[in-house]
Amino acid sequence: MAVVTPAAPAATEEDKELLISGSEAVAESLTLADIDVVTAYPIRPYDTVMQAIAKKISGGQLVAEYIVAEGEHSQFEIVKHASTVGARVFCGSSGVGWMYAMECLVVTPPLRVPMVALVGNRALDDPGAFGVEHNDALVVRDVGWLLCWIDTSQEALDTTLIAYRVAEDRRVFLPLAISADGAFLTHSQALTMVPPKSKVDRFLPRYDRGDLQLHPDNPITVAPQANEDWVIEIRRQNNEAMGRAVTVIEEAYADFRRVFGRGPENPWFEEYMSDDADVILVGMGTISLPIKVAIRELRAKGKKVGLVRLRWFRPFPTEKLVAALSKAKAVGIIDRNYSFGSPFGSGVVANEIRAALYNADRRPPLLSFICGLGGREVTLEDVYKAVDLCYAAAAAGKSDAKTHWLGVRE
Amino acid sequence: MAALICEVVYRGIFQKNLAARITRGIVLSARKSGRWGIAFGRYGDSPQRNGIPAKDFAIVADTKEELEQNMARYEPKHVDVTIAVDDTLSKGVESWAWYGLQPINRLTVPNGTLLMTSVQSFDSLLKDIHKKDAPYKLALLRAKASFSGLWVYKEDHTEVRILGALAKIAPSFLTLDGVCEAVKEIEWGSDLKVESAKKAYQRLESREVKLTEGNVEIPYSFEMPKWWEMREGVTIPAIPVGKPKEDGKGYVPERNPYFKKFTTRTMRPVIDFDTCVKCTLCWIQCPDSCFDVMPDGTYDANMEACCGCGVCEAVCPVEKCITMVNESVFDDNASQWEMWRNDKEGYKAWMTEKIGDKNATVRSHGFRFRGQYEQELEKNLDGGGVEITAGIPGENAQHKTI
Repeated sequence: MAVVTPAAPAATEEDKELLISGSEAVAESLTLADIDVVTAYPIRPYDTVMQAIAKKISGGQLVAEYIVAEGEHSQFEIVKHASTVGARVFCGSSGVGWMYAMECLVVTPPLRVPMVALVGNRALDDPGAFGVEHNDALVVRDVGWLLCWIDTSQEALDTTLIAYRVAEDRRVFLPLAISADGAFLTHSQALTMVPPKSKVDRFLPRYDRGDLQLHPDNPITVAPQANEDWVIEIRRQNNEAMGRAVTVIEEAYADFRRVFGRGPENPWFEEYMSDDADVILVGMGTISLPIKVAIRELRAKGKKVGLVRLRWFRPFPTEKLVAALSKAKAVGIIDRNYSFGSPFGSGVVANEIRAALYNADRRPPLLSFICGLGGREVTLEDVYKAVDLCYAAAAAGKSDAKTHWLGVRE
Repeated sequence: MAALICEVVYRGIFQKNLAARITRGIVLSARKSGRWGIAFGRYGDSPQRNGIPAKDFAIVADTKEELEQNMARYEPKHVDVTIAVDDTLSKGVESWAWYGLQPINRLTVPNGTLLMTSVQSFDSLLKDIHKKDAPYKLALLRAKASFSGLWVYKEDHTEVRILGALAKIAPSFLTLDGVCEAVKEIEWGSDLKVESAKKAYQRLESREVKLTEGNVEIPYSFEMPKWWEMREGVTIPAIPVGKPKEDGKGYVPERNPYFKKFTTRTMRPVIDFDTCVKCTLCWIQCPDSCFDVMPDGTYDANMEACCGCGVCEAVCPVEKCITMVNESVFDDNASQWEMWRNDKEGYKAWMTEKIGDKNATVRSHGFRFRGQYEQELEKNLDGGGVEITAGIPGENAQHKTI
């Protein structure tokens, strides 16, 4: 049984251990990455990172332009322009703030702007609520954003460094959003290893925009009007960049392990006790924590349950995921999002995986769960219920093609 | 022919409503013979600018199925009849929607028809219309360019005259009776317009154009890059800095080779270099940066770049130093300054003739004063030789109302 429990990060002479939240961990990385321009507009829970960056600047640890925009639309527009002149940029938002920036979010991929953003996942209004749902970040899933989800402060810090390495690679040049679950990650402090700048410099080259850089010595026009005789070629270029990101992500994680001595071998998803599992649960973000606890309890009772925690949603690790899941007797996908009117009423991840498995030689019964919306806690009981339904489907050899809502008062 | 495909090449904005009326009229007239049809314009996010060549289409067919073969397209690959209601389009068209210069007859099928309104002779028009690798017919209705667009509508019956002419050209699709019925019942309800359609049917002049006839100039064209050849990031190179005209003097800017050029032009500036005071106003105000700075400090309007808007004429402080003259009286885009430099007396004579031509200096669209159109209507429309109001600023100052 391959139980991959991440070892506590070994404190090297150079690393320092800090008790910081996911947002503060991101700010540590931004300081190490020596970002040039950051734009801010407050909305919870993303605003924790904007406060953390402001402290870094006021404390003299980071020298960067810190621009408070008059709204998210301008916030994302400003960093887009700063990036085209060669600045390393950062911004972020949450929930409906991210939605307000939508026009700027969709123009960023075709312009090949490698902005890195933190989405502090938050339920969309209405009702005005602060808890986590993944629908905010997921709205850009089709337009060329690289999307990943993290589940610890350490992963927040490491992924931010990797994000710049991937997004700013000339083969990619796409915007990248790191999703952090509101409250559970953005506002929870955990012990985190912070590497020294010398290591980061060995890992992260400077941002070089090359012939796409707006500069008096490189006179170019960016984003002219175009008609139907240009657009599909531009989309084709975008598709190619997304495809190349697969290689670049794998290179970046391998190099991260070489330089920092930690990090996963499989960048795409974490496999927790899933190698020999009869039932594999799939989820994204901090939902992994209660699921892992439940899995340990169930294993003690002899139930072979495992978890696949998806880190990268775009690009979607189709082949690797199919290989990991198709050996199970049943797969249960827990979505912290909704997609009303979708096939089977399932969440977004469930339907992506259902599509990915369609051509697989072996297709285990697939069960779809929606859980934890609006920041509702995912309880052990929720997980046990999902596992029970998965075992029933495994015994029957087929799923019920329904979507089960867990943790709803009924 | 189981389908009749017509295009109307028109001046953007200025002839927008006119073109739409013609294509609607074609479909509604053919409907009188039981045909099915569609009328549509070439769509785009920024479809039209003043004077930029644009297109509307009408397709009529025997059956709905035949019609469907031609639907959901921006434009047909070939047309049976090309219609142009401004004869300056005979020099070719560049639209916002495509690249390079398209001869006006490019889509016209072999033995198809190019139908134009013009007061020019066949031979004069064929100096401008590009040579085609197949014979076709050139059909003419005697009339001036009609402009009815967003701002004005000249009720000069051009749309029904075109329909009457089409009844002559394609009688199996549009009968004259069908046209008259459609004109009377459906669209306009005017007996006078019915008469205009009938007269056009009678008066249409037409002749074969042989393979050997036409403008031999090879129209410039572009090869569109493949997706992997394009620079990423929706990024294009900026226009480079220009060069001195000669001997380190003057200045000729570089121009974007992909940008539309001169076919937007219906009138061009004719410049008197002897009276130019080198004030720079034309050069500064030109919205298309079409002026090249000459070594002597005068300004030569580059005819490959000039869109013919007339701003230079309006801002020039010297009387008759810049005069807009109709495009149809010019055969090429040669430099006026070079002509002037080589032969000052000859240039003076040439210029005097051009700016003294009352027919050619009238505005081809819009009006100089209130009541101008009524004056023109009183004259013989069919002759096209309307009493012309001179276009030279100040000449009709007594008529001007702002």
